[in-house]
Amino acid sequence: MNELLLVLPPLIFALGGVVLLMVDLAIPRERKSLTAGMAAVVSAAAALCAILQWGLAGSGFQGMISVDGVALALDALVGVIGVMTIGLSLRYNALRGILRGEFFVLMLFSLSGMALIGHAANLLTIFLAIELLSIPLYVLSGIARPRLDSEESAMKYFLLGAFASGFLVFGMALVYGATGQLSLTGIARTLITSTSVPLLVVGAALMLVGLGFKVAAAPFHMWTPDVYQGAPTTVTAFMSTATKAAGFVALLRVFGVALGDLANVWQPAFAALSALTMMIGNLGALTQINLKRMLAYSSIAHAGYLLMGLAAGGVSGVRGVVFYLPAYAAASLAAFAAMTAAHNGEEDQSISAYAGLSRTRPGWALVMAVAMLSLLGIPPTAGFVGKYMLFQSAIDVGLVPLAVIGVLTSVVSGYYYLRVIVTMYFEAPPEGVAVTKGNRLSLHWVTGAIAAAASIVLGILPAPLINAVTAGVTSIR
Amino acid sequence: MLETNYFVVLAGLLFAIGAVTALTRRNAIMMFMAIELMLNAANLALVAFARQWQQLDGQLFVFFVMTVAASEVAVGLALIVSIFKSRSSTDVDDLHSMKG
Amino acid sequence: MQAEFIVFLAVALVAIGAAIGMALSRHALYAAMFLVLNFACVAVMYLLLNAPFLAVAQVTVYTGAIMVLFVFVIMLLGAEKLPAQETRPEMRWQRPLAIGLGAFLLLQVGLALALPGMRAAPEPIDASPLAIGMKLFTTYLFPFEVASVLLLAAMVGAVTLTRKD
Repeated sequence: MNELLLVLPPLIFALGGVVLLMVDLAIPRERKSLTAGMAAVVSAAAALCAILQWGLAGSGFQGMISVDGVALALDALVGVIGVMTIGLSLRYNALRGILRGEFFVLMLFSLSGMALIGHAANLLTIFLAIELLSIPLYVLSGIARPRLDSEESAMKYFLLGAFASGFLVFGMALVYGATGQLSLTGIARTLITSTSVPLLVVGAALMLVGLGFKVAAAPFHMWTPDVYQGAPTTVTAFMSTATKAAGFVALLRVFGVALGDLANVWQPAFAALSALTMMIGNLGALTQINLKRMLAYSSIAHAGYLLMGLAAGGVSGVRGVVFYLPAYAAASLAAFAAMTAAHNGEEDQSISAYAGLSRTRPGWALVMAVAMLSLLGIPPTAGFVGKYMLFQSAIDVGLVPLAVIGVLTSVVSGYYYLRVIVTMYFEAPPEGVAVTKGNRLSLHWVTGAIAAAASIVLGILPAPLINAVTAGVTSIR
Repeated sequence: MLETNYFVVLAGLLFAIGAVTALTRRNAIMMFMAIELMLNAANLALVAFARQWQQLDGQLFVFFVMTVAASEVAVGLALIVSIFKSRSSTDVDDLHSMKG
Repeated sequence: MQAEFIVFLAVALVAIGAAIGMALSRHALYAAMFLVLNFACVAVMYLLLNAPFLAVAQVTVYTGAIMVLFVFVIMLLGAEKLPAQETRPEMRWQRPLAIGLGAFLLLQVGLALALPGMRAAPEPIDASPLAIGMKLFTTYLFPFEVASVLLLAAMVGAVTLTRKD
């Protein structure tokens, strides 16, 4: 029984999903907000449990799972993202006619997969966790059917996700062939004595391709704009924040824990991917006139900044990654919250539709502005602190050109982030839009405001989170 | 006994055929079948390595890959049916309501 | 040794031929049948590799269940005939990518050929269904439970996607 405590947060998500699946049958169609509330409670309970378990370390189930600070940090992060996404879903999903019980059940299953990635201590557990994360997400992207954009988004996401899984499994097979081990620590142990290094390197490269698809790193990012644009916006918000966090923890566990001694081989590859991803993401975002597509490219760009931390490695690099994940999640959630709130009913995704938002919806314009500044990395936002940590870690290990590319692409990104703010504050609102005096205090507004506030609080008082993250990173096992 | 390398080479060839097919064919069902071929090639490599290392672990991994393949097929074919009902096409390039 | 090698070579050639046949097929049903043939060949390989349980699972799960589902969907949708000119201008970039990828993967095959330490022919170990089952429910108990949640999630997802509401 003790062993179950080691995977308690993912277990809460999964059991919550199973129970909710049955309870939902008894809830009438018009009362699905009750299901949403229960899912939020489950998600919050898992996050709380991870926080209460803070400091726990160990491994169990014959070495299939382990727990450390990063695992618990990921549990807490995805739990909070789950609660926030549900907070956004109530209004948006009702307007789009997709306030269905399955939406929340599938979300809990996906969350359990995400949380499990941090606990995985074996290649098999990592693979199963990634699939448990992905399969419900494919369905969630297509849940707004028969709307074509949603169905197309799901189809593309599914085909490319399954394609990436093929690479991941083949890579795992080759690493197994080279080492004779499936457990991460076992691989790390036999790495030095392995006689088939070429096999190992090819296996690692194939796994990098597979995981690169999941975190939307260039050149494996092609699916991102289409999928993000077509999926329901609440699902997009969930994908761009929680999936990214889980994907980076998977990279960390495979490359940091298992293949750590091979770092001199894969760190240059990570640096190259990081540079390419930052450039493609930021340059791609420049020309977008659709806000959702712009945020998709922005999400690619941020995968590039995060890869920089992994390329730098060590405690400072990994710490930067683990700090930047919640910082990015807060800003991204605030942006998507403002996006779903700014219009009633059918959302208009073009940036010009947000002209004059400061007069029609001042509260939401503020939330969006904070989100854009944090994504850009202007002090005193969390995005600034996170980027500073990542760039500093790259400079510390001599990756100065990479840090320079990071700074330059950040400057470029100022153009498209600030353009949104200029449009909101200095352009006249479109004809016939009612001016609302102040925001009604809705759940949606509270969620968006919390995300924006978190972006600022983490920027002004980052020390507690940085200390916790540092403790977590040094406890990786 | 046959060398492990023979099987790994065969697995590599099948994987390459699957990956190239998945990228060049634009029909969702064809892409999906090519992906199944890739997973199958990975399974073959796992079983070959399991024999090489005299372990059962590689074989058990394959057992789980089969489970995952079955779940992917369930969701993937449901998606294809759902999209076909509203579009009467399984061609990925017909999916271009989105531009940019 | 000789007899085993001849069996391997024959089955391997059929497997590769079937894979290429699937890749080039212009008819989705033919492609599915080529894939069934390929899966059957891989099942024979499992027998040669001392994995009798997986050989049976391969035939029942892949050939029996997964491919039947494929054929069912193809015929249900009447999507057998694939258009002759499939590749459209906006997808042209995938051709060079595919060729590059194929070259990389073939390189890796050549690499595997040149590998040392993979030529030994070890004594077979006990891979009976009993041994597999024992290991599945002891060492692999936790992944087994995860797989059950995965299957449940897939079931819920498939119903969600096809149900009329």
